[in-house]
This record gives sequence, C-alpha cells and structure tokens, in this order.
Amino acid sequence: MTALRHRLADRGIDRHLLLLLPAAVFVVVLFIYPFFYGIGLSLQPAEGGPLGAYRRFFTDAYLRDTITTTLGLALPAALLNVLASVPIAYRMRGRYRGKRVLTTLLVLPITLGTVLTAQGLLNFLGPTGWFNRVLQSTGLTDAPVRLTNNYWGVFFSLVITGFPFAFLLVSSYLSGIDPALERAAATLGAGAVQRFRRVTLPLLAPGLATTFCLTFVLAFSVFPSAVLVGDPAGETRVISIAAYEAAYVQYDYVLASAIAVIMGVVELVVLGLVLGWRALLYTGSTAGGKG
Amino acid sequence: MTELRPRRLTGSPLGWLIWGVVIFFFVNLAGVIVAVVVSSFGRRWFDTWLPQGWTADWYGRAWRDFTLGPVLVVTLEVAVLVVGISLLIGVPAAYALARASFPGRRLLLLLFLLPILMPPITYGIPLATVLYKYGFAGHLSGVVLANLVPSVPFVILTMTPFIEQIDPAIERAARMCGARTWQVFLRVLAPLSVPGILAAAILVLVRTVGMFELTFLTAGPDSQTLVVALYYSMSSAGIRAQQSVDAMAVIYTSMMLVLLVVALRFVNPTQLVARVGDEEK
Repeated sequence: MTALRHRLADRGIDRHLLLLLPAAVFVVVLFIYPFFYGIGLSLQPAEGGPLGAYRRFFTDAYLRDTITTTLGLALPAALLNVLASVPIAYRMRGRYRGKRVLTTLLVLPITLGTVLTAQGLLNFLGPTGWFNRVLQSTGLTDAPVRLTNNYWGVFFSLVITGFPFAFLLVSSYLSGIDPALERAAATLGAGAVQRFRRVTLPLLAPGLATTFCLTFVLAFSVFPSAVLVGDPAGETRVISIAAYEAAYVQYDYVLASAIAVIMGVVELVVLGLVLGWRALLYTGSTAGGKG
Repeated sequence: MTELRPRRLTGSPLGWLIWGVVIFFFVNLAGVIVAVVVSSFGRRWFDTWLPQGWTADWYGRAWRDFTLGPVLVVTLEVAVLVVGISLLIGVPAAYALARASFPGRRLLLLLFLLPILMPPITYGIPLATVLYKYGFAGHLSGVVLANLVPSVPFVILTMTPFIEQIDPAIERAARMCGARTWQVFLRVLAPLSVPGILAAAILVLVRTVGMFELTFLTAGPDSQTLVVALYYSMSSAGIRAQQSVDAMAVIYTSMMLVLLVVALRFVNPTQLVARVGDEEK
C-alpha cells in the first residue's frame, strides 16, 4: 500500500489532487452531461435520420448563413479589442498620478451591460441622436449616417462591452512582466521598439492569446445586442438568434440542440487554432531576477 | 535611464495617437451613457438636442411597473451565492492545478476551459433542458446553478496563473521553518493571493450581475435578475414609455457602478499578478 502510494506520488498523484475533485465533479455534472444530452437530442429528429437536423441547417441558407454573419462580427471585434488594449495598457504601465482614475474609467464600461449599451447606442447613434447631430451641424454629412439597427450598431456594442475586459486582462499580464527585464535589455543597447518586440511582446503573447479567446467568446455569443441594436432578421441574424428561435419560438429542441452543437464546433475550431499557436510560445515565470 | 521611465505619458507621435483614440472612445462612451441618463429625466424628447422639460417621475414609474424591489433582491442573492460557491470550489482547484503536475493535467485544464470558451447559448439551451427535467429551472436554484457553470472555471482560470507566479520557494521556505500545511495556506498563500481572489470575485460578480443568456434561459417569473427584467422591458418597449426603460437602465448601471467603485477601493484589478518591480523605487 505504501509502495503504491509512493509510486503514484512519484508521478504526481497525491492527496493534493483531492482539491480538484469538487470542481471536476461540478463541471462534469453541469457542463459535460448536459452537453452530451444536447448532442444526443440533436441526433433524434422526427424525420430524416440521425443527421436530419444538421442537414436541415446546412441546406437552409437562412440558417447556414448565420455562421458567416457571426464570425464577421466576432472576429473583427475581438481582434480590435485586443490590438487596441496592447498599446494603451503598455503606455499605462508604471506608477504615476491619476493611474487609478484612468484605469477605473477604462474599466467602467463593464458596468454598463449589454442592455444599457444597446439603449445608449440607440439614443446616441440613432438618426436624431447627438452623434448624427454633431456630424450634420459641422457639415460632415448631409443626411444622418445609419449606425443603429444594422451591423455597426452591434459592432460598437461589442467593442464597448469587450474592450474593458481585454484591457483589464492585458494590463494584468503586462504588470506581471518585470520591468527589470526591459531595463536589462536597454543596458545591452536595445531601443524602445526592440525592447517591446524582443522582450515584452514574446512574454506577453500567451496572455494575448488567452485574452483574444475570452473576448472572442464574449463577441461570438452576442445575443441581446444583436436583437436590440442590430437587424435581427437580416444583417445581424447571428447564430445564437437562430438557436434561440428554434428552442423558444418554434419549440424545436432537436434543431436548437443541433444549432448549439454547430455553434460550439465553429467556435472551438477558432479557439483551437489560437490556443494551438499559444502552446508553441514560452509560458512560465515572468518575474525575472535570479532563478 | 530617464527615457525608460513610463512616467512621461505623452511625447511621441504614437503616444499622441494612442491618447487621441482613447479620448475619442471616451467621448463617444460618455455620449452613450449621458444620452440614456438625459432621456430618463426628460419629459418628451424627439427631434431636438435636449428634451423639452425635465422630470424624475420615470424612476418611480419604472420601480412600480417592473417591480424592481424583488428583482433587485433576486439579483443580489444570485450574485452573492454564485461568487461564494465559485470561490470555494475554484480556488483550491486552481492551487492544485498551479502546483501539481500529474498525468491528465492538460485534459483537466481543457475541461475547465471549455465552459468559458463556449458561448453561453451553446450549453445554455441543453443545460436549461436538463435543469427543467430535474425541476431546478424556473427557480433561484436553477439560476444559481446555471451561472456557476462559467463562474467556477473563470475563478480557476484567473487564479491559476496568479498562484503560478507566487514563487514555490516561499512555500518551501515556510515548510523549512516548520509551518504545517494549513499554516502555509493561511499564513503564506492566502495573504499573497488576496488580490487575486478579490479580483476573481469582482470579475465573477460583474459577470454574474451582467450575465444575460444563462439567466434568461433558466429564470422563472420570480427569479429574474435585473438584466433579464431590463431586456424584457426593452423588447416589449411598445407598451412602456421609452424613458421608463431608460430609468431602469440607469438604475442597473448605478448599481454596477457602486459595485465597481467599492471594489476598486480595495483592489487594483490591473495588478492581478505579482507586483514585481513596480514598487522598487
């Protein structure tokens, strides 16, 4: 018995792992089981064999095109959020007066939530909103620019809700990188650009990949804003609207589960690519110093 | 040496460009927020710069029309329960994941990543079906259970890198000095990871209060959180006055704002990870 325990401990299995048990059980019961239940349900349509619901999704252009619509919104929005937060977070490193205020201001939009953002965008960017009033009174445009109830409304809403998250994560990753590493590079003669490209960026890259994934997930599952500020029957008919309609409007749980599965697969493909790339990068202590 | 200090916030053209973008973002953001606030106090507002006349009546009306009192209580209950339970389950798991290496670690990590990486609607629909099957959905318990699904992994995911960056040598040193396991946890790890735990708690709190999809799919009429009630009021806006929806949105945002400001007094969220070098000087 003791020998077995020692052998297992050598491979890293000891009592510490019991700490993982509640979390593992929880995820299996509330995530894995419902997920397989959903997959099982999606394979039992009333007609057309086990793959009937999937065939229906891919032959019906109104359903199929939701994939490209969703990706067309989520990928640019997530990319913009991550790319915009890198220079801003990089500039805001270190200590100076008013840093806390500035950080609070940048993180503030988290509190807005999708619904207030939607309401605000409708008021602000709408045809009689302040934005169009400013454009018209400064003579930049003659007619109001249409920015709500179409692609752009949803896009702005994704940027407003996604950017604070991206910024928060990127800043926390950046603050974990020891500035001494950059100072060391500087004593070796590296310029500002070189220091960023050769020292900070490689250390930051895994964090950026994680941040991109999280913001992409936020953007990919866009639902309320696509309904409220978008054009839910046309330009911004994203895949979650299709899933919701199937489940709660048509009560077709088979089709809804099938759409949910397709949605998951599409997203996992994107994330798999990003995380696969992340696995190639250096991960580990960014604290510098000895050791 | 001086040029290295990030204290000079402006200077280079790139710096100015960055600040320009930030300011543009803020101006528009302010516009979005102020437009809602102004509208919620406005009597009538059509094709003009500002509403004709002011009133605070919409708040009272929103409070009565949407029965906001019970809704706020439900929101608070859900948020507190979700934060507490997810920290209890998540933090120990994060510690084990950060320190131990064992066969199947990567698989387990993937298992914890999945609920965060999947859009809530994807697993929300089958989850709601299962929760309805066992009679949880439509009540507070169903809403809490559904909201825990992304929260527990979220705590694990934010805490694991945080604990990884706490030098294990500190733990070993404590053990060398004769500390027992619980002492290591309580006297060494806990104080070092308080900023991380607080940050994770805040993020989970904000996510839960703002979580629309899962609550929407599992809530019954008496277990709606504020954001779901807000969505219903907005999507049936034809019946209610626009301003009363605005008033409700303002209430929601002020609540979140208070939460955030309180939270930021205690923790600086951008320093989730060890504050190296920053305080050297």
